[in-house]
Amino acid sequence: MNNLDSATLAAQLLGGHRHALARAITLAETGGAEARALLGAVYPHTGGALVVGVTGAPGAGKSTFVNALAQHWRAAGRTIAILAVDPSSPFSGGAILGDRIRMQPLGGDPGVFVRSMASRGRLGGIAHATDDAVALMDAAGFDVVVIETVGAGQSEVEIAATAPTTVVIETPGTGDDVQSIKAGILEIADVFVVNKADREGADSVIRNLQTMLRLAERSVSSWMPPVLPAVALRGEGIAAIAATIDQHYAYMLQGERLRVHAQARVERALALSVQELAVTRARAHGGGATWRQLVERVIARQIDPYSAADVLLDAP
Amino acid sequence: MEHKIRVLVAKPGLDGHDRGAKVIARALRDAGMEVIYTGLQQTPAMIIEAALQEDVDVIGLSILSGAHMTLLPKVSQLLREQAMDDVLVVVGGIISDADATILKRDHGVAAVYGPGASMQEIVSFIREHAGSGRVS
Ligand SMILES: Nc1nc2c(ncn2[C@@H]2O[C@H](COP(=O)(O)OP(=O)(O)OP(=O)(O)O)[C@@H](O)[C@H]2O)c(=O)[nH]1
Ligand SMILES: [Mg+2]
Repeated sequence: MNNLDSATLAAQLLGGHRHALARAITLAETGGAEARALLGAVYPHTGGALVVGVTGAPGAGKSTFVNALAQHWRAAGRTIAILAVDPSSPFSGGAILGDRIRMQPLGGDPGVFVRSMASRGRLGGIAHATDDAVALMDAAGFDVVVIETVGAGQSEVEIAATAPTTVVIETPGTGDDVQSIKAGILEIADVFVVNKADREGADSVIRNLQTMLRLAERSVSSWMPPVLPAVALRGEGIAAIAATIDQHYAYMLQGERLRVHAQARVERALALSVQELAVTRARAHGGGATWRQLVERVIARQIDPYSAADVLLDAP
Repeated sequence: MEHKIRVLVAKPGLDGHDRGAKVIARALRDAGMEVIYTGLQQTPAMIIEAALQEDVDVIGLSILSGAHMTLLPKVSQLLREQAMDDVLVVVGGIISDADATILKRDHGVAAVYGPGASMQEIVSFIREHAGSGRVS
């Protein structure tokens, strides 16, 4: 399957061909005109999957938890695609993606598809590539798409923007005082999981989170994120968490909530796409000469970068 | 964005330690590649399934158990069945010259590296041949 055009790839992917889905994600990651054509062809077939984000500190047990959750859903007859995102090395641009190690029990099941993705040094962080991969998995017909990302800086905010339901994993022993709970986490979590509840201190992490959630401002009718214990390694607590995820999705389906979430996601995606296209076209204008000349003129301080950008965007 | 070389590093068979596999995983990452590390005790079927889902250009296997003559023909047979012949298979381990010759000639293995092989050599080989399957 070396030289597949995007139309063939899209048709195979929509037919549930696993290899086509794998190739399609690679194409979307690489980008370019074929990738855009592919996304265009499958986009009308998206929107059927429940999309769940899972984030938390390194080593919190995210992959172990996702594995247990997927096993639970498989037993209930749902199919699952998992997108596991890990950071790229800022020095080499390479990455070691190790999340599959914890997901080996899912092997051999055609109802499960696991894909590892490196964050790379992308414009707008991982959001763009993640959105595309989720759309492809959704179009391939999976009932649930789970995104795992390490909670570090911007990525957890991005995952919350992509997924209507975000699960944040905390653990005991990372300092269980209120200050250790990262700022911003209360705003993005729809469900809190305190994993490694077999360890000492889980109860106090749960209590502290509940206190903070009560103190946080929210409207009377809005969702109060539940705080649930889990021992992901042994599958304990998973059924209750899965039920809560479904409840949150049912909540999102009421009124305009899902549409409001979608609007924020789409506006961000659109802004990124416009940026990307604008830069690509500006660089290509006049066979690249316009860009190079403007760079020279900015260096010589004949023109400032903002005016140079205006020239490029207005160029016919 | 340019295509990054994606490599699945796996440790098939039943012997316990994966130090060699981890060393090569780090070397490939430091060379700018994306390494999917799947851990110990992988069966050929698990390796092929992961390679398919991850759409890798290269499969790197570390085999110290002595089972290479049963594991590798199975890996290459499954790759053919899945129409994944363009995936480059590279093997590290303690493998005799005679076995290496057979693996390369009959079983789709592109390169065999012994314990003394230099990381630089392996990295350059993969860079040059990634995605080209059997090296003729
Ligand atoms: N005691 C205990 N250990 C657990 C539990 N869940 C996961 N672990 C262990 O925690 C370690 C990290 O688990 P992972 O699932 O790889 O964690 P992760 O958050 O995906 O890690 P990164 O992706 O590297 O950030 C492993 O050694 C797991 O076995 C649990 O419920 N209890
Ligand atoms: Mg993980």
